[in-house]
Amino acid sequence: MAEYHVLAATGMLGTGYSHQSLERGLAMNPRFIGVDSGSTDPGPWSLGSGSLHMSPEAYRRDLRPLLREGVKRKVPVIVGSAGGAGANAHVEQFEELVREVARADGLHFRLALIFAEQDRESLKAKLAAGKIRPLAPSEPLAEGALDRAAHVVGMMGPEPIQRAIEEGAQVVVAGRASDTSIFAALPLASGLDPGVVWHAAKILECGAAAVERRRATDCLFAILRDDHFVVFPLDPAMRCTPLSVAAHTLYENVSPYELVEPPGTLWTDRCRYEAVDERAVKVTGSRFVPAQRYTVKLEGAELVGHQTILLAGIRDPVLIGQLDRWLAEVAGRVEERVLDLYGPGLDRQSWSFTWRVYGRDAVLGPREPQRDRPGHEVGLLLEVTAPSQSLATAIMGAARHVALHHPVPPWESLVSNLAFPYSPPFIPRGAAYRFTLNHVVEPADPYEMFPMKLVDV
Amino acid sequence: MARLRDLAPAIRSKNAGPFWVTFDVLFRDHATFEAVKASGALTKAVFARIYGIAKERVVLIWYEPARALKVSIPRTIAAGSPGDGDLYGCQWFAPLVDLEVPVAAGHQEP
Repeated sequence: MAEYHVLAATGMLGTGYSHQSLERGLAMNPRFIGVDSGSTDPGPWSLGSGSLHMSPEAYRRDLRPLLREGVKRKVPVIVGSAGGAGANAHVEQFEELVREVARADGLHFRLALIFAEQDRESLKAKLAAGKIRPLAPSEPLAEGALDRAAHVVGMMGPEPIQRAIEEGAQVVVAGRASDTSIFAALPLASGLDPGVVWHAAKILECGAAAVERRRATDCLFAILRDDHFVVFPLDPAMRCTPLSVAAHTLYENVSPYELVEPPGTLWTDRCRYEAVDERAVKVTGSRFVPAQRYTVKLEGAELVGHQTILLAGIRDPVLIGQLDRWLAEVAGRVEERVLDLYGPGLDRQSWSFTWRVYGRDAVLGPREPQRDRPGHEVGLLLEVTAPSQSLATAIMGAARHVALHHPVPPWESLVSNLAFPYSPPFIPRGAAYRFTLNHVVEPADPYEMFPMKLVDV
Repeated sequence: MARLRDLAPAIRSKNAGPFWVTFDVLFRDHATFEAVKASGALTKAVFARIYGIAKERVVLIWYEPARALKVSIPRTIAAGSPGDGDLYGCQWFAPLVDLEVPVAAGHQEP
């Protein structure tokens, strides 16, 4: 029976792994080393701003051993969803990081860069041709959303990665890719059963997250065979159990049974999870159903405005007991002050003033069942959003003064209500973004949306 | 009567993409999984009420291989958008922790 070995370096590039685990994994002769670098979990900022999700130091630290060992052993290294959001800015920054690491260690290799950012006009053409549809619970895409998006990426499937390897790349830095495609690309090209491949990829892409109790981010290893795969961690203190692997199959997915990928759907409803030994699990019964039409998921983020925030503690029980009314009054006074300062020329819809009360209902908002029982102390977070940073800070300046001294009946004389931990008490937070696309597109083929550049480093 | 936290060693929530939050309740053993499922205490209607969304929008699956209940609901505000109080959706599960379920707390696998 053919065996195909795969090493996942860690669950998210930049979060680290143990060097001993990497050594143990390399000693087991993986056919490639894969690592996911992206996610929408950290929110829209990485995609909206083009900024790397983690620090360059963290990326360099994680990349260096992988590149050195991969090049030395002629084992391909595949990084997907570079830099968090996988737009062109992230891929370009990663090209620079890879070159720095290569220079430091005197490495020479062919590097493939696969770009995932999408051009507005070509997406509009696809929209007009009826090739873009919404995913639940979203509405059909409007052209305006494409115009307003700062960046739009498509989530590539395995094919562009396969092509890069076919073109001789030893290191692949891919823009936004489906997490599983990073690990499915090469085994599929080798002809392994797609059900086995896609399910193994799903477990591998999060690194050591599929173990019973993860004490640190770390590597994961899988052995793929004709009709099953076996998965295990490389740190002897961690272990996979049938339960931990079954539970990971349902992590971060709406359905535990159906996992949709660009070329089709992985079905895990007939899977069995069995312990091979104390730390390794064998999975059988995974099956892959090809889709009628190949689909690529789109992600997009647009700028909402610039924000300035203010954090303050409130300890006065009298004020805590009347917060809703007090906050509504403060908001009214802030409106008056802003009108007074800027006149009617400032469009009221262009700025917002809002708040959250920690210790009461900041996390669950209107769904908080215990909001009528706030703590003896609450944390008030005020937030102003405006078209520019300076305007947001100016409006917060007005809000701060109003809130600091707004009356708290029945207290008499001038009150000061807010315990600020900082001077200045406001914090310019920068640009705020929002995810705006939840749609799939039908490309003419799996490659057309993902141009590739080959570089000999 | 038992609290859900006494029946399940893992109760968690997380985003499934920016537009959905998904909940996993991993029960302590198969007998408990079956008993809670049979009790009718955890239904789409219960989640709809707690999270303030229409019952038809709740996805609810009893996942036997991990002895887990999986529930997913669409977010009213996309993750990380202004007004979102929980970027990862990871604390949304809190109201479930002390939910009362008509299963004996001492219920053990035979």
